[in-house]
Amino acid sequence: MQITVKLFATFRVGRFKIEQRSYPAQSTARAVLEDVGVTEEELGILMVNGRHGNLDQPLCEGDTVSLFPLVGGG
Amino acid sequence: MDKIFRVDMSKLTTSIEDVPAKWAGLGGRALTSTIVAEEVVPTCHPLGPNNKLVFAPGLLSGTAAANSGRMSCGAKSPLTGTIKESNAGGTSAQQFARMGIKALIIEGLPKDDKWYGLHLTKDGATIVAADDLAGKGNFAVIEALEAKLGKKTGVVTIGPAGEMKMAMANISVKDPDSKIRSHGRGGLGAVMGSKKIKYISIDSEGAPGVTVADPEKFKQAARTFAKALLDHPVSGEGLPTYGTNVLVNILHEAGGLPTRNFTLGQFDGHDKICGETMHDTIVKRGGKPKHGCHAGCIIQCSQVYLNEQGKYVTSGFEYETIWGMGANCCIDNLDDIAEADNIMDDIGVDSIESAVMFGVAMEAGILPFGDGKGVIRLLGEIGKGTALGRILGGGTGHVGKAYGVTRVPVVKNQGIPAYDPRSVKGIGITYATSTMGADHTAGYTIATNILNVGGYVDPLKKDGQVELSRNLQIATAAVDSTGMCIFVAFPALDIPECLPALIDMINARFGINLTGDDVTNLGKSILKIERQFNIEAGFTNKDDRLPEFFNFEPVPPHNVVWDFSDEEIDAFWNF
Repeated sequence: MQITVKLFATFRVGRFKIEQRSYPAQSTARAVLEDVGVTEEELGILMVNGRHGNLDQPLCEGDTVSLFPLVGGG
Repeated sequence: MDKIFRVDMSKLTTSIEDVPAKWAGLGGRALTSTIVAEEVVPTCHPLGPNNKLVFAPGLLSGTAAANSGRMSCGAKSPLTGTIKESNAGGTSAQQFARMGIKALIIEGLPKDDKWYGLHLTKDGATIVAADDLAGKGNFAVIEALEAKLGKKTGVVTIGPAGEMKMAMANISVKDPDSKIRSHGRGGLGAVMGSKKIKYISIDSEGAPGVTVADPEKFKQAARTFAKALLDHPVSGEGLPTYGTNVLVNILHEAGGLPTRNFTLGQFDGHDKICGETMHDTIVKRGGKPKHGCHAGCIIQCSQVYLNEQGKYVTSGFEYETIWGMGANCCIDNLDDIAEADNIMDDIGVDSIESAVMFGVAMEAGILPFGDGKGVIRLLGEIGKGTALGRILGGGTGHVGKAYGVTRVPVVKNQGIPAYDPRSVKGIGITYATSTMGADHTAGYTIATNILNVGGYVDPLKKDGQVELSRNLQIATAAVDSTGMCIFVAFPALDIPECLPALIDMINARFGINLTGDDVTNLGKSILKIERQFNIEAGFTNKDDRLPEFFNFEPVPPHNVVWDFSDEEIDAFWNF
């Protein structure tokens, strides 16, 4: 299945900003993390289609996965 | 021994008073709000003779504690009609603390129509003539005072907007690079303008410095505290690299980035104005991606932004400003936003209130959405005080009324900041219930709703939001009293040693034994003092509400509305 993967802040360094990537059906968000080489410890915020998600959440065709390190501001 | 400096502008006299015992344990917001509550008639006109303008450094300002250089300024707000505390970085807090000035209270109004300056030394305040600087922008005031009094002189100043008593006028504070930090919110610049004070100059030469009761204990606690700040990924890495503007993309992804005057939750042009793009632009042009707003800041979330020619445009280029002029006004040109930020610093207007106001002005048809050059032109009109400039300078609610706009994002007449309360519900509770009017810093639920700091509370559900906002507002009121930057809250929420180290520093500084409960109780008592002032000024629970349109206009992409009942909101005050 096709998943849109978006990376932010330091995760972009040496990787990419946004890409369409293919994963086997039933893959979870964890598979995306492994695919792009971000560790669980580095991960701050995971969003699936603009909602906070978890790593074991199964993805569906066309989903958008957004990965952020822990960042903040205000 | 700390003193209170008091200035009576009606008689043009100054005096030095001992600190009353009841104020001894207070600093920052706790002290400004206590003084305003005790000495200002709640029903007074904010620009009349009975309002007072109070400055107080935090409890830890002037010490070696990291990030302790914030100055609180308080009064009755001409924008909201409520009590107000607005804090800023810059050099003034540490100067005040080292000079032993616990608070500066400015009262009364002069009878004549002249402009005055206030010169502070460790020995007292002197009122001087300042007609020569009337009409000048803040950068020119700082330059003139440095030329006359020396580079080390601290400066607190108002621009033309403050002189004209506009409700969105701020008070500017010189930073370590002779640029500007601001007591932004609530129109405090208009209060200073009403008292005909153009500037305060601070000469801290020969200041006795801050005495610490237990230096060894202080040193240890300060080290633990600084380590927590540097160890936490938000304060130690994210903020120094991308600044607060890292939030544009996060809020865009979460659908909580108010866009086109709060009609959308995402902005198509987000990539052009986001923190990542800004970082790359600053580095490419030879600016500084890292920069502190006061000496002793180890987070360094500020930055110095240059134009294409490599010339200084602005520093402290914040998410709120970039969101507001960017997404909210649909301007996707970072250079235009930076130029607007520079003008806002110079004429002395709050960049949040201005940006929210421009969203309403665009909806009113005064200028089209996306018109960055138009914003720059109209800021010029505000600085000159043209008829239109005066209307705009009154702030968001003022422009909404003048043009019959119904989508006016304010609470207690103060513009709503950079997080949509429909899709980030905790912050909506803060906007509604804060004693300050809509203010994200009063209880920054974004940490837990969006950033996974201090746990996680789902931003799209109502569950847990009132409690989250309550706990954060109580903690924030206490932190605002220490002189600490509010960003110490990120490590404090996650690293167990951080908050105890902060309390240990206060204890070591004053030779006292506060516990965590004492600090929580201080936060609660500040909120209650402020709320009581507002009640006596005529506010009721009916004022603790968001504008009606949030109830019936769903915001995409999640298509959610603001759905808290009155009873649910009012439960905030059950403590």
